[in-house]
Amino acid sequence: MQTQTRRKLLPTMIRQRELIFMSIPIVVYVFIFSYLPLRGWEMAFQHFRPGRAEQEWVGLQHFRFLFTDAGFFRIMRNTLAMSFINLVLGFACSIFLALMINEIRKKAVKRVVQTISYLPHFLSWVVACSLIANFLAGDGILNVLMMRLGIIDQPNIFLANPDYFWWIVGWSNVWKSVGWNTIIYLAAITAIDPELYESAELDGAGRFARMWHITLPGIKSTILVLVIMNIGWILNAGFEVQWLLHNGLTIDVAETIDVFVIRWGINMRNYSLATALGMFKTVVSIVLIVGANQLSKRFAQESLV
Amino acid sequence: MNANENTSGKTVSIRRKRISTKAADRIFVAFNIIFMTFIVTVMLYPFANTLAISFNNATDSLKGGIYLWPRIFTTDNYKNIFENPLLLIAFRNSVLRTVLSTIGGLFVCSMAGYILSRREFIFNKALTIYFLLTMYVSAGLIPTFFLYRDLGLFNNFAVYVVPGLFGAFNVIVIRTYIQGLPDSLVEAARIDGAGEFRTYIQIVLPVCKPVLATVGLWIAVGNWNDWFTTLIYASTRDNLTTLQYELMKVLSTAIAQMSSRQAAFMAGQAAAGGFQNITPIAIRSTITIIAAVPILCVYPFLQKYFVKGVHVGSVKG
Repeated sequence: MQTQTRRKLLPTMIRQRELIFMSIPIVVYVFIFSYLPLRGWEMAFQHFRPGRAEQEWVGLQHFRFLFTDAGFFRIMRNTLAMSFINLVLGFACSIFLALMINEIRKKAVKRVVQTISYLPHFLSWVVACSLIANFLAGDGILNVLMMRLGIIDQPNIFLANPDYFWWIVGWSNVWKSVGWNTIIYLAAITAIDPELYESAELDGAGRFARMWHITLPGIKSTILVLVIMNIGWILNAGFEVQWLLHNGLTIDVAETIDVFVIRWGINMRNYSLATALGMFKTVVSIVLIVGANQLSKRFAQESLV
Repeated sequence: MNANENTSGKTVSIRRKRISTKAADRIFVAFNIIFMTFIVTVMLYPFANTLAISFNNATDSLKGGIYLWPRIFTTDNYKNIFENPLLLIAFRNSVLRTVLSTIGGLFVCSMAGYILSRREFIFNKALTIYFLLTMYVSAGLIPTFFLYRDLGLFNNFAVYVVPGLFGAFNVIVIRTYIQGLPDSLVEAARIDGAGEFRTYIQIVLPVCKPVLATVGLWIAVGNWNDWFTTLIYASTRDNLTTLQYELMKVLSTAIAQMSSRQAAFMAGQAAAGGFQNITPIAIRSTITIIAAVPILCVYPFLQKYFVKGVHVGSVKG
């Protein structure tokens, strides 16, 4: 059998040579920019200094340092806390918004609301954070509203208070991505059998009841798969919003794994430690993502068949 | 759901239920209108507010209290920005890298997508895995940093274009689109004697416009919005700066100042003492608008395409 495949392999390759020629440049390109950097992981086991011909090998020293360092637990806490807040707020808000958009009967209105809700998704985090900074400023609209309503007596510098930081990041993420995330739910909703709505209506179910008992269960499997997939990305709490919104007062709660890698690797030139942490993140993420994929496949088969 | 529950119910009770349902529906619709108004306001207000500040007199903006409309209208802020040589370079670089990356990226991703769409290709499976793995395996910032250094991409405009041409997600979206095309299209080209490359360029690409528009938008947005590449690889060269990076510098100064409660006061003093027409908030707001507007002018027109693209990507990705 093996000889048979081998006998077939060469003629097939010759026949498909044009596809092979087209693939080669892309394969080489992907190798250089996606796989070659993996060689740099050896830095995690060295005391790396650029420019030296022979690097000093130190084994697991950097990992040992990381896992016993209080700073590591702080950045893990920040990463997991912000990921968790993003996950919960993000899912709750986008599902709710999708359900409500689905209830808009006028097509034109629906389209306009959707277009506007996608807007923040297309802005860069720099632009978004600049808008957020104006929104949260001492004379920004949030302070003005809260003072008018008598909730606070004097303006609150929200971005200077570490207690608010995680929530500012969480709600900023919601603002930026909630509209975009409704796309997938609204697509799933269109697949629900319209007869279900008709018979519910005959039974006298109101619009809220139909939304709650038909639409929401109808997208349950989509939600489940997305939640599982997102848990796989839990160590990716992002760095842009934290990097852009932090200052000296909030750095202790703002520093995620990715922010730490930039600060230690690029700013302080402790390349080996930053590589070790980056490697830790990739490896844990792959384990989580593969696990999540297996899990979601099982659920998808169960609920979609 | 409860299809059989009320079949035996009396007409009267059903009618009563109908009336109360109608009242409940009206409350529901009213709530939805209020909710959508809220959503639209929250999405648009920060942008409208910053737009108003960018058209307001710079020194006057320090007093605060600008909401949706400028108090003292002026276009000086924009004039200042467009007379600033550094920001002009930044703008030019942002435009240039976006155009080049979009063209190059579309070429690479569509060719990879075409190759993966050929099911009979002997290396199809292997290539798919090879490409998809790049989504999960990332070496991290520091190894990438040294690779780029070794490739001579430091302080080199090529760093904006060359490393980012391939995107596994984009390839999958394009592959799925091509696989959805009728088989007769490619077969007809075969009968005419067209090779793979010619089929790809002359037959497949022209009918891929919707998916290319989607992926092109994603690549363009990603490039236009990127500030990180400049920070890490080109921050020491003024002639390589980008608009988003310049905005980032102004923004971090503003946020760093928030850690001091007197910041607003000091900023006001500085402005009153020196430049009459330039204040940090005016500069920041104006660059923010300039950095946001080009994309906002494009994305609504591509909505029907990218909505489809998201769906395809999430199912197959």
